[in-house]
Amino acid sequence: MNERQQTSISRRSFLQKTAGAGAGLTLAVYLSGCSREEPASTPPASATGAATAVEPLVANAFVKIGTDNRVTVVIKHLEMGQGVYTGLATLVAEEMDADWGQIVAASAPADATRYANLHWGPVQGTGGSSAIANAYLQMREAGAAARQMLIGAAATAWEVPAGEIEVARGQVSHRQSGRQASFGELAEAAVRQPVPENVTLKDPAAFTLIGRHLSRKDVGKVDGSAIFTQDIQLDGMLTAVVAHPPVFGARLKGFDDSAARQVKGVVNVVQVPTGVAVLADTFWHAKRGRDALQLEWDDSEAFTRSSADLMMQYKELAKQPGAPARVEGDVEKGFAGAAKVLEASYEFPFLAHATMEPMNCVARITGKGAEIWNGCQLQTGDQMAVAAALGCRPEDIIIHTLLAGGSFGRRASGDADYVIEAVEIAKAHGRDVPVKLVWTREDDTRAGYFRPLYFHHLKAGLDQDGKVVAWQHRIVGQSILDGTPFSGMIRDGIDLSSVEGALHLPYHIDNFSLELHTVDVGVPVLWWRSVGSTHTAYATETFIDELAAAAGRDPVAFRLQMLGEDPRYEAVLKLAAERGGWQSPLPEGRARGFAVHKSFGSYVAQLAEVSIAADGGYRVDKVTCAVDCGVAVNPDVIRAQMEGGIGYGLSPTLISETTLEQGQVVEANFDRYQVVRMEHMPAVEVHIVPSAEAPTGVGEPGTPVIGPAVANALFAASGKPRHRLPLGMKV
Amino acid sequence: MAITLKINGAERQVEVEPDTPLLWVIRDHLQLTGTKFGCGIAQCGACTVHMSGQAVRSCVIPVSAAAGQEITTIEGLGSTTAAAVQEAWEALSVVQCGYCQSGQVMSATALLEQNANPSDADIDRFMTGNICRCSTYVRIRAAIKQAASQLAQEA
Ligand code: FES
Ligand code: FES
Repeated sequence: MNERQQTSISRRSFLQKTAGAGAGLTLAVYLSGCSREEPASTPPASATGAATAVEPLVANAFVKIGTDNRVTVVIKHLEMGQGVYTGLATLVAEEMDADWGQIVAASAPADATRYANLHWGPVQGTGGSSAIANAYLQMREAGAAARQMLIGAAATAWEVPAGEIEVARGQVSHRQSGRQASFGELAEAAVRQPVPENVTLKDPAAFTLIGRHLSRKDVGKVDGSAIFTQDIQLDGMLTAVVAHPPVFGARLKGFDDSAARQVKGVVNVVQVPTGVAVLADTFWHAKRGRDALQLEWDDSEAFTRSSADLMMQYKELAKQPGAPARVEGDVEKGFAGAAKVLEASYEFPFLAHATMEPMNCVARITGKGAEIWNGCQLQTGDQMAVAAALGCRPEDIIIHTLLAGGSFGRRASGDADYVIEAVEIAKAHGRDVPVKLVWTREDDTRAGYFRPLYFHHLKAGLDQDGKVVAWQHRIVGQSILDGTPFSGMIRDGIDLSSVEGALHLPYHIDNFSLELHTVDVGVPVLWWRSVGSTHTAYATETFIDELAAAAGRDPVAFRLQMLGEDPRYEAVLKLAAERGGWQSPLPEGRARGFAVHKSFGSYVAQLAEVSIAADGGYRVDKVTCAVDCGVAVNPDVIRAQMEGGIGYGLSPTLISETTLEQGQVVEANFDRYQVVRMEHMPAVEVHIVPSAEAPTGVGEPGTPVIGPAVANALFAASGKPRHRLPLGMKV
Repeated sequence: MAITLKINGAERQVEVEPDTPLLWVIRDHLQLTGTKFGCGIAQCGACTVHMSGQAVRSCVIPVSAAAGQEITTIEGLGSTTAAAVQEAWEALSVVQCGYCQSGQVMSATALLEQNANPSDADIDRFMTGNICRCSTYVRIRAAIKQAASQLAQEA
């Protein structure tokens, strides 16, 4: 993108934004030590850890300059570990020419008129690896506007032409007169400056912060001072623990709470739509109270089936053609003319997100609506869902977005499940009493909202020269979007989240057919870091290796030869292969596997190196990862997201699965729900493709590639293709 | 029942049932919220504190068993080793969501206090009880080594 293009895009979005926001972009100046103006937005006294200081917002701005020289960047997205505080603050600081040390990040209030995700329309929320991508120009414009106002203030005060003023590292200066001032010194005058109608953004060559390693702005995480929802303490607050139905869809027939009410510290027991809640002074008392409840459930209409039984049903379905998601050429003709035809069936289990912080939420019913403290991922959706539950207006739902102890998609449930549960409990108990709903690990894992269970069937034909001439792919599984506020994304009966990643392969194949069977089985399901790609990347990229083997070709060369038009695939593929030493000789007992996949606009290739022990056990030793995500705003955050994405994706590759047996979750805590630990974690080397393209996401794209890369290494070592996840720890 | 805890260098009296897990006394009674709840069954390490110098999982220790012992939580860490660990954590930008990190820092500090120069295998063994769902393991390993070499230089 050249500068002119950037400026014109910038102008357009800037004008749109100011029109939409009404009052335009203004600099909100607050004087340190002044009383805060919106008490509703002020965090509780005990929760004012530096990391989560949710500053009161005085105006519709992303930038606040304190007279103490602190620049607060208001972050419209949820910080759940992906580094969004750092990323968005970098964009603002870059264009402001601020000193990185003077920047603090604070969570925005819930208000879609100012803080919408520009990729989603008038909706505030975080997801789809979209934070940097949607806010790239918006945040830079906010910073550039602030810079211009500071310059204007200095020009007026010093009576010099604005054009002669320079800004660098938080200092505004005029060389000719030798005058200079900090942002803080100019803050009060700057706010009286007109809001610029137009800003010119920097040429990327002039970037001083974008592309550099910067310290993270989600501070307080190494000394315990960062405040998560779990840590909120409010006067008079009660803790609630809920008894949920033992299987999905069971109904409460009756309960006896007399013993629970005898438990020390228990204050109340209330029935809510999702179960029976015990409210107490502490978590432990509430949990004791719950343990003492006598409950009777009616599961006549509940889901009482098993994973194995579902898989059998899906397998049968896959024998029939599904709804066409994408058809090109004629696969049957392709198979008829093929020299060799290969088939494979794949099985993927349910998966729990298992965020480190189990779901929790603090809610207080107010005179008008409710006040909520939560690691909130979909502010607008949650406001609407809570308003509907309470019969009030969405804007009367105040949300304090706190740091989240992970999400991986879990906090973005369309029905705001755990948030509504907290609100229902607070409502049943009574107005003005804050209630902290705490789920135990078991509650969290049993609540559902799983990555759906899937079955895939793949069939492909190779011609005499080992070229893939036909590709048929059938997917069977539940729809994530159906029945949610996101159901508009279902087109012609195809839930795109079920097929993404299989819809467009990097490879050119003349005869192509992708079909989908959507089943409705009553298990709550949800997106899980990288969504459809969690299974489609595995099926397609391991099947490619089987085809390469059948064609007698090297897997990387096979891919390169089939690549379609998009040169960015080739670049990541070659980079990972080169840096990972794909061509170098392998020592005894080691194997390599390769995979490439594009998700959320970013291209990722990974080379996994595996060592195999004499007893058939194996370990993933090293992963070389190449990523092309456009402009690398924070290279170190990108590396961290690739490392983390690889680790997160390695769990279901090796050991994680959620099994339902007669409707019950078998793996309810970390003793059974196994996840990657230190001993499993490979060394990871990340290489970023230099790019001037618009930035795309990094939170998810690292996750789906590791599975096929590891499975392909095991296939290379043993000749045995791997069609079921998790792989287990034996070759 | 009144129980006296020696925590972060001070004596604190709490009125609590003796079988209450130490974790919930720390969090709900003493309002030291840096120590986290992750599993409640000694499987994740989020609740790690030091008790008489050992890293322990406070979610499975009844408060009665902690009475009279020196307890240190993340808020009370003050040793040179701890400072080196926290510094290395910052320098390498280890954290992501951060929810596991109090526990990671507590475990890493205990490791280095027992073993000044841990190998990869030592790190794997000692740190395997601390789950990080964000998978910051690569950097935790590097940060432990960096802290170890910094401490070796200072010594
Ligand atoms: S909460 Fe204690 S080990 Fe998980
Ligand atoms: S940093 Fe998120 S769980 Fe470790």
